[in-house]
Amino acid sequence: MATTFTLRLFRGDAKGGTFRDYPVESEEGMVVLDLVHRVQASQAPDLACRWNCKAGKCGSCSAEVNGQPRLMCMTRMDLFQPGETISIAPIRTFPIIRDLVTDVSYNYVKAKQVPPLRLKPPEADGTYRMMQEDIDRIQEFHKCIECFLCQDVCHVIRDHEEKKTSFAGPRFFIKIAGLDMHPLDTVDRSRFMKDAAGIGLCNITKCCTEVCPEHIHITDNGIIPLKERLADEMDPVVWLLRKFRGVKPKTNA
Amino acid sequence: MATTSHETHEHDVIVIGAGGAGLRAAIEAAAQGASVGLICKSLLGKAHTVMAEGGIAAALGNVWPEDNWQVHFRDTMRGGKMLNNWRMAQLHAQEAPDRVLELERWGALFDRTKDGRILQRDFGGHRYARLAHVGDRTGLEMIRTLQYHGIHQGIDVYMECNVQRLLKDGDRVCGAVGYWRKDGEIVVFKSKAVVLATGGIGKAWKVTSNSWEYTGDGHSLALWAGADLIDMEFVQFHPTHMVWPLSVAGLLVTEGVRGDGGTLKNNKGERFMFNYIPEFFKAETADNIEEADRWYTDKKNNRRTPDLLPRDEVARAITAEVKAGRGSPHGGVFLDICTRRPADYIRKRLPSMYHQFKELAGVDITREPMEVGPAQHYVMGGVRVDADSTASTVPGLFAAGECAGGMHGANRLGGNSLSDLVVFGRRAGLHAALYAKNFGGQLAVDRGQVESAARDLLEPLERSGSENPYTIQADLQQSMHTLVGIIRNEADLKQALAKLEVLKERAKKVRVEGGRTYNPGWHTALDLKSLLTVAECSAVAALERKESRGGHTRDDHPYTDDQWGKVNVVLRLRNGALQVSREPLPEMPEDLKALFKERQ
Ligand SMILES: Cc1cc2nc3c(=O)[nH]c(=O)nc-3n(C[C@H](O)[C@H](O)[C@H](O)COP(=O)(O)OP(=O)(O)OC[C@H]3O[C@@H](n4cnc5c(N)ncnc54)[C@H](O)[C@@H]3O)c2cc1C
Ligand code: SF4
Ligand code: SF4
Ligand code: FES
Repeated sequence: MATTFTLRLFRGDAKGGTFRDYPVESEEGMVVLDLVHRVQASQAPDLACRWNCKAGKCGSCSAEVNGQPRLMCMTRMDLFQPGETISIAPIRTFPIIRDLVTDVSYNYVKAKQVPPLRLKPPEADGTYRMMQEDIDRIQEFHKCIECFLCQDVCHVIRDHEEKKTSFAGPRFFIKIAGLDMHPLDTVDRSRFMKDAAGIGLCNITKCCTEVCPEHIHITDNGIIPLKERLADEMDPVVWLLRKFRGVKPKTNA
Repeated sequence: MATTSHETHEHDVIVIGAGGAGLRAAIEAAAQGASVGLICKSLLGKAHTVMAEGGIAAALGNVWPEDNWQVHFRDTMRGGKMLNNWRMAQLHAQEAPDRVLELERWGALFDRTKDGRILQRDFGGHRYARLAHVGDRTGLEMIRTLQYHGIHQGIDVYMECNVQRLLKDGDRVCGAVGYWRKDGEIVVFKSKAVVLATGGIGKAWKVTSNSWEYTGDGHSLALWAGADLIDMEFVQFHPTHMVWPLSVAGLLVTEGVRGDGGTLKNNKGERFMFNYIPEFFKAETADNIEEADRWYTDKKNNRRTPDLLPRDEVARAITAEVKAGRGSPHGGVFLDICTRRPADYIRKRLPSMYHQFKELAGVDITREPMEVGPAQHYVMGGVRVDADSTASTVPGLFAAGECAGGMHGANRLGGNSLSDLVVFGRRAGLHAALYAKNFGGQLAVDRGQVESAARDLLEPLERSGSENPYTIQADLQQSMHTLVGIIRNEADLKQALAKLEVLKERAKKVRVEGGRTYNPGWHTALDLKSLLTVAECSAVAALERKESRGGHTRDDHPYTDDQWGKVNVVLRLRNGALQVSREPLPEMPEDLKALFKERQ
């Protein structure tokens, strides 16, 4: 059964813009992205939005739906009342290019700054072994689809333009955590974490964790252990012990 | 027309496409000391590779020590109905294990065996559990690993930059022209070598697991530049996708579900795959339920379950069941894992599937069966390349990944694409860099070619016309869906070609609203050209091949014909006309042939 909704879409670019209403029909099982595509196909062919997988796997279609940071392809229409007006805006923290598309290059700049993995030498037989229980917690971080919704809601990035140069944001804290907890890694990233990544600026509000579509425990399993480790950084022995003993992660809900 | 202004970038090697193949190629070319530009039309890390679920095939022998490259090679050739380029299949089977271990050294964390090795899972057509995987998000692991390794190798990345045309200096390729999606500005790349790694052509069909990017750009760029395409009739319709709700029809349901114990049933509750075991696979396929179920844990003494026959067989079987009225309520069949495996196991092994059905269909796969059906998934056909170097028939032009042809023959086995990407991506990067290094001459970019590409680019914004690009795309998809689908025949294919002619004319009248700043209507209009090109190639090749084999089934030529097993259908453009020919497959050496004579 088709139901009509009104999409209130932001239309505009870096110079400014307004919200415009588009009535559009929805059928059973549709998601917000389907309706945006319908608007594109019939009413506003030049409506700018990003998407790729339509399955919550690529992290391209982030937007603010009724003010909530979400993936449009994973937001089902039956979440709303029939006839409801649904506002869709670009994610707020990054500069607008056009309509729902923002300039997320900040994230790619930060990505490049993270010191990469450097492996310890292989075992005598030339190979590496890793136990499942030692990588479970890092596999959680590897689920990140780089939708940048956590970056979008983090107040340090959102409200403090000046801090952008010295703050990496939650996405990259779990990137660092994933490298740091890698059973074969040998790099000490504590200086980087403190200075360039600015982990000290995070005051554990957990807004990032709340919006993560992959339900990654960004703060509990990533940021907090990193902060604890930094507190021990003056004592390299403690650091090494922690690194190899491991920190028990919380399991996924 | 006034000279268009544009920026120019110069590199030894440009790689078009940043999925698994393109990233691996760029990394290798940079390792050879070449200056590399990596271009992609989405953001970095969003390429199709990110969607791959089930795993990457490599005869590591971690779970079954009996496995080795010869067995993998043999499975690949048999899955491809012996039409594969044997040398590609050989290199692929030999090098895949090293490439997987390399990914691990670059940070990929595959699921583990009890003794800390990479765990491997069962997949259709693979004799042993062979797919290294991370739950059901293997592609994400692979692309992140390559992406984060790649950004430290001094590669220049051009994101959201869409390449529209290759540039040539005489016979040789010397660069490419494209536009920035963010502002529509034109950009020229000058380079000694070009690697195509643009992926597939699925957007030509209505129901597909492929994204908007899959408009066959690399296939078309190569064809327009004078290169040969082969095997374009072979299109893989993967058997299991969601069929309901409509808006998610075409979303992939990984073969891993069957690899992990799931089974296909019709509306009578019958495991119908036992009725569809082809002669070709009889000797190695279980013909009764008990043996099939024992096979999961004891592969030595039992034959494999028919649920895991190669994809073309399963897709045809599902189509036949639905036609016979034994389908599920929404026109698919049932895929049941809930009665066969414990809920915990399902959630751990197939987290994305669990999530996907729960969130998008309201179905709990640990309690209810899924409804699934076939959809377009992959194209076996592509740019004809030299097996060892990935060089196309045009000097300076290389191709790897889904846009290259030959590796998978008439049908690809699951898991063999991700391994293909890294094996031949590496080879493409290596040989493109060597070619660039050894090329002594000077290359000049011809102003005229740039101007003409720029004119074509801007036309849809400027001309008067009334056609909507989205409507033409939808009409094209509908035609291909009904006329060049899983089961084909001469009349339908001829009708498809006639419809394509009409669509081509309509495409010339597309007019888009808005300006050059991030305008998807304009982008869609521009992609129509390559989409129409690959649709035509696929239909022409399908009309030419008068037999049924792998991902090409003709109901007017229902049998596999040995004579056709000796040739590829080759397409090339000469003087603006598409030429079709049948050309002999490379001959397999005797020692490899012997592998097929052994008892299985
Ligand atoms: C849902 C799904 C699941 C799959 N699961 C598996 C699996 O489990 N195992 C397996 O082996 N295979 C699987 N496959 C197949 C496999 O994922 C793909 O074949 C493979 O990822 C293709 O990789 P690629 O590097 O060739 O291209 P892609 O990863 O698609 O990358 C193509 C790149 O080219 C760029 N591009 C395209 N055109 C242009 C242009 N004109 N200008 C600039 N850039 C351009 C794109 O932006 C992109 O960066 C799956 C496929 C799908 C759809
Ligand atoms: S917990 Fe830290 S990183 Fe996350 S949103 Fe709050 S301040 Fe930002
Ligand atoms: S951590 Fe979660 S919210 Fe942040 S980018 Fe990754 S998937 Fe998105
Ligand atoms: S389109 Fe890929 S996450 Fe939404």
